[in-house]
Amino acid sequence: MTTLELSPSPGSWLPVCETALLTPGRGVAALLPDGRQAAVFRDRSGRAYAIDNRDPFTGAQVLSRGLVGSADGRPFVASPLLKQRFDLETGRCLDEEGVTVAVYPVRTLG
Amino acid sequence: MSAAPNTAPDSPGTPRVPTIVLVGHGMVGQRFLEELARRGVAARARIVVLCEEPRPAYDRVRLSSYFSGRTPEELSVVEDGFLDEHGIELYVGDPAETVDREARTVTARSGRTFGYDTLVLATGSYPFVPPVPGKDARGCFVYRTIEDLLAIEEYAKTARTGAVVGGGLLGLEAAGALQGLGLGTHIVEFAPRLMPVQVDEGGGAVLRRTIERRGLTVHTGTGTREVLAEDGAVTGMVLTDGAELAVDMVVFSAGVRPRDGLARECGLAVGERGGVAVDAWCRTSDPAVFAIGECALATDGRVYGLVAPGYEMARTVAAVLAGEPDGEGFTGADTSASLKLLGVDVASFGDAHGTTEGCLDVVYADARAGVYKKLVVDGEGVLLGGVLVGDAEAYGLLRPLTGTVPPVAPEQLVLPPGAGAPVALGPGALPDEAVICSCHNVSKREIAARSSLAEVKRDTKAGTGCGSCLKMIGKLLPPAADQGLCGCFPYGRSELYEIARTRRIGSFAALLDAHGRPEARGGEGCEVCKPAVGSILASLAPGYILDGEQAALQDTNDHFLANLQRNGSYSVVPRVPGGEITPEKLIVIGEVARDFGLYTKITGGQRIDLFGARVDQLPTIWARLVEAGFESGHAYGKALRTVKSCVGQTWCRYGVQDSMRMAIRLELRYRGLRAPHKLKSAVSGCARECAEAQSKDFGVIATAHGWNLHVGGNGGATPRHADLLAQDLSDAELVRLIDRFLMFYIRTADRLERTSTWLERLDGGLDHLKDVLVRDSLGLCAELEALMTEHVGGYRDEWAQTLDDPERLARFVSFVNAPEAPDPSVRFVPERDQIKPDLVSLTAGPPNAGPLAAGTPAAGTLEGATSR
Ligand code: SRM
Ligand SMILES: Cc1cc2nc3c(=O)[nH]c(=O)nc-3n(C[C@H](O)[C@H](O)[C@H](O)COP(=O)(O)OP(=O)(O)OC[C@H]3O[C@@H](n4cnc5c(N)ncnc54)[C@H](O)[C@@H]3O)c2cc1C
Ligand code: SF4
Ligand code: FES
Repeated sequence: MTTLELSPSPGSWLPVCETALLTPGRGVAALLPDGRQAAVFRDRSGRAYAIDNRDPFTGAQVLSRGLVGSADGRPFVASPLLKQRFDLETGRCLDEEGVTVAVYPVRTLG
Repeated sequence: MSAAPNTAPDSPGTPRVPTIVLVGHGMVGQRFLEELARRGVAARARIVVLCEEPRPAYDRVRLSSYFSGRTPEELSVVEDGFLDEHGIELYVGDPAETVDREARTVTARSGRTFGYDTLVLATGSYPFVPPVPGKDARGCFVYRTIEDLLAIEEYAKTARTGAVVGGGLLGLEAAGALQGLGLGTHIVEFAPRLMPVQVDEGGGAVLRRTIERRGLTVHTGTGTREVLAEDGAVTGMVLTDGAELAVDMVVFSAGVRPRDGLARECGLAVGERGGVAVDAWCRTSDPAVFAIGECALATDGRVYGLVAPGYEMARTVAAVLAGEPDGEGFTGADTSASLKLLGVDVASFGDAHGTTEGCLDVVYADARAGVYKKLVVDGEGVLLGGVLVGDAEAYGLLRPLTGTVPPVAPEQLVLPPGAGAPVALGPGALPDEAVICSCHNVSKREIAARSSLAEVKRDTKAGTGCGSCLKMIGKLLPPAADQGLCGCFPYGRSELYEIARTRRIGSFAALLDAHGRPEARGGEGCEVCKPAVGSILASLAPGYILDGEQAALQDTNDHFLANLQRNGSYSVVPRVPGGEITPEKLIVIGEVARDFGLYTKITGGQRIDLFGARVDQLPTIWARLVEAGFESGHAYGKALRTVKSCVGQTWCRYGVQDSMRMAIRLELRYRGLRAPHKLKSAVSGCARECAEAQSKDFGVIATAHGWNLHVGGNGGATPRHADLLAQDLSDAELVRLIDRFLMFYIRTADRLERTSTWLERLDGGLDHLKDVLVRDSLGLCAELEALMTEHVGGYRDEWAQTLDDPERLARFVSFVNAPEAPDPSVRFVPERDQIKPDLVSLTAGPPNAGPLAAGTPAAGTLEGATSR
């Protein structure tokens, strides 16, 4: 059994859940110690990603509930509210230049 | 936008670049700037623009679309960065006040003075207000600028009735706007008919009838004598025939006059009835000064009040300044127009009034249907012009044929299809030189040389003006080569359905890896194809919609079996078949709403929506509802929504069948059916149609002998009246035909294609549908019925299934690492004794959250995107 961890700030790691709990292509939300939220995903190949959960267009904490896809070989999540897409590796919005969300490093233990 | 600090005239001695000063930043002014940029003049000259209005150029032609939701920003015609990129200095809200032609300077209201080598006037026109007493009272408006519209909108909030003075093109637009703002609306036109410039007497009569049927009051052959006012505000109006109208506001739309004041004051030649006189190169009586657009009086003695001739003038002057004048300059233009006013198609072209000597009219009129068509031809059969009211479909073809002998007899061109020999005159009949887009003067040849609409728009601008040519352009272009669903699949939805069905493919990954585009195989898919394939798999293999990989295909709404709201909370809609509900069940809904503090609203679909549930509350809410006998209403799914019903024969004195019973039967039969888009239905107990069945995907109306089935209806953004598929059906015949209809639709429609658009697109249309479904011409019916039987047998309530399974319930938590914690960002504030989302705290966000990004919904989404 492996555990997924993410790093909310440099040097610290926070256990999120068992890796197997993540359905590939679907996300979950995690509450960070300082009140922020992270959206955590796993893709088909099993790789995990974490970005901020807050949709920067609406303020709602919903990115974890978007659909995961890939464009040009790079994974993204489409916000479930107004459908803007965010690159899971860089947090960059693919539909509106200059908009990004924070990315959190992830690792699996165990 | 750039504004250089240099506001003094160029001092002698500094290295000089020529300066072009443009006065007026309207549609024509902006086009002139684009033409200068395109020809490289912007790079060699200093360009200064004086703009009187408080905003840069915008689309005046579509001004009225402000009332249908287009914002002033969206109306802008200046591309982001255009002015900066070309170093154009724009002074917004600073009109030119004087011109000194001797010194070649222009002085603006702010006191800034600019020297010029070339001065271009593009000052447009102003609305003419007849000099009647009371015309300046509060409540009197004109209809020309965005500011005018904002003022009208504000004033209309406190007004109940309004009058528009002038029944021309703009008057009718203004009248449409007033009616849209909820005002009782009068139109007062001095001429004996509406739109006297464009249409003839016959056309005017048909137009009037149609407009009156829409509830507007039309007064023709009478003018305005006086506007009555009390305490300075409009209270009424007296007409020249003595009639008095009680109105709270008046919009003057009695024609426009060229704004030639600046030109007059500096001694330029102007026409007797106004307009800055210009030659074929748009040069005024001073060779250093040009005039273009609506302020100019062309060599043919006309002032053109349309944007296309203005664009032509802009092009002409830019070509002269670039040193590349072409052709004969501007000597006159086509004033053909095709418009939709108050919902009526109106088009006129060429010699619409038959003023050519010896010309003959060919007229078709059907006052009942609101259709009037007239063609003007000469003795040799050459088409000279025409007027079309109520049905302007033929405009796209007729206008370019003007000046030629059409390939078929003229009467065949105006008769409705079905009367006499039908004409199938396609775009092939047009000569290559035929002008297809008159706004931008683009020929058939230029369009046919391109392969997509995007290319046509980019290269020629055709279709980007009034848009009336788009249909014709569509017919000239080759059918789009790539019909693929998205970047992942080269197939459309119906093809994928067939692939999945015949190859028995049961998973998204298998479908993508075997039939996706090469570059997408092995990838994740995308937000477009995942839900679409999810729906195909669900309709092929009924079962729990969220099992296994399927869970990752569904939109959040399907994933949580509820509808996502703007603050991240969800809404809950239990099914209420046919809208019939017992008091006990009503009480349960009330209790659940009260206990969970949910906002409660009766929906447009005869049921009750409970808003504001957090993800983690959904199972407990549903446990109570399921316990009381409720099922999922699928408000979140591309599935059957409601079968609305009227009360029908049991209670209603007019009813001829039991519509309630039938509605409940249909709703229970098709509940849970996954489809390319949502499905709606209704059953009415008699022809009075209280359930509005004809606006539904399948609508049933009782007759004395059984049921009539209508299909392909739609409300929403593009309403469509349903077509009658079959009449006087028995209960069993009705159900069997609906089974076939729904399965045929599910099998062949595209993603997010409602039955209405699907039916419009279907080759052979309704007749084909009747062949396939009623006469079984393809031998498909048995299979379609079997698929439906399988669905009906396999139906289980999704919420009951979810509650029964701890694993399925596990996903209903706000946080995976804190399953007990509610999401603190989902907050509410009170409103009218209930709750609403607290958007203020949402915008502020948690600690460290930045400001919200301004953005538009991603391409292709409509409102309602989450469930699309
Ligand atoms: C709740 C309701 C409005 C209300 O307060 O009355 C509603 C609410 C929504 N409508 Fe609707 N529509 C509701 C009746 C209608 C009706 C009237 C009717 O059904 O009789 C129409 C026009 C009829 C029609 O569809 O032909 C209607 C035409 C739309 C459309 C445009 C569809 C179209 O073909 O143009 C959308 C957008 C879409 O589906 O893409 C939409 C989308 C939506 C969505 C799903 C938008 C979204 O994704 O958030 C709304 C979510 C509901 C929610 O969160 O619970 N809604 N919507 C009505 C629910 C009825 C029900 O009980 O299920
Ligand atoms: C509601 C409405 C619907 C219309 N529908 C159609 C249609 O369907 N088809 C069609 O072809 N045409 C239509 N028109 C007409 C079309 O909008 C005009 O033909 C077009 O806008 C003319 O462009 P222009 O640049 O010459 O004038 P305008 O667009 O009027 O621009 C002139 C600009 O110059 C400014 N100006 C004036 N004097 C000065 C000064 N001294 N200093 C600085 N700036 C000054 C004005 O404020 C204005 O902004 C419609 C017009 C309206 C109002
Ligand atoms: S549709 Fe006919 S039966 Fe139904 S409520 Fe209306 S009038 Fe009565
Ligand atoms: S004719 Fe107006 S955009 Fe083409």
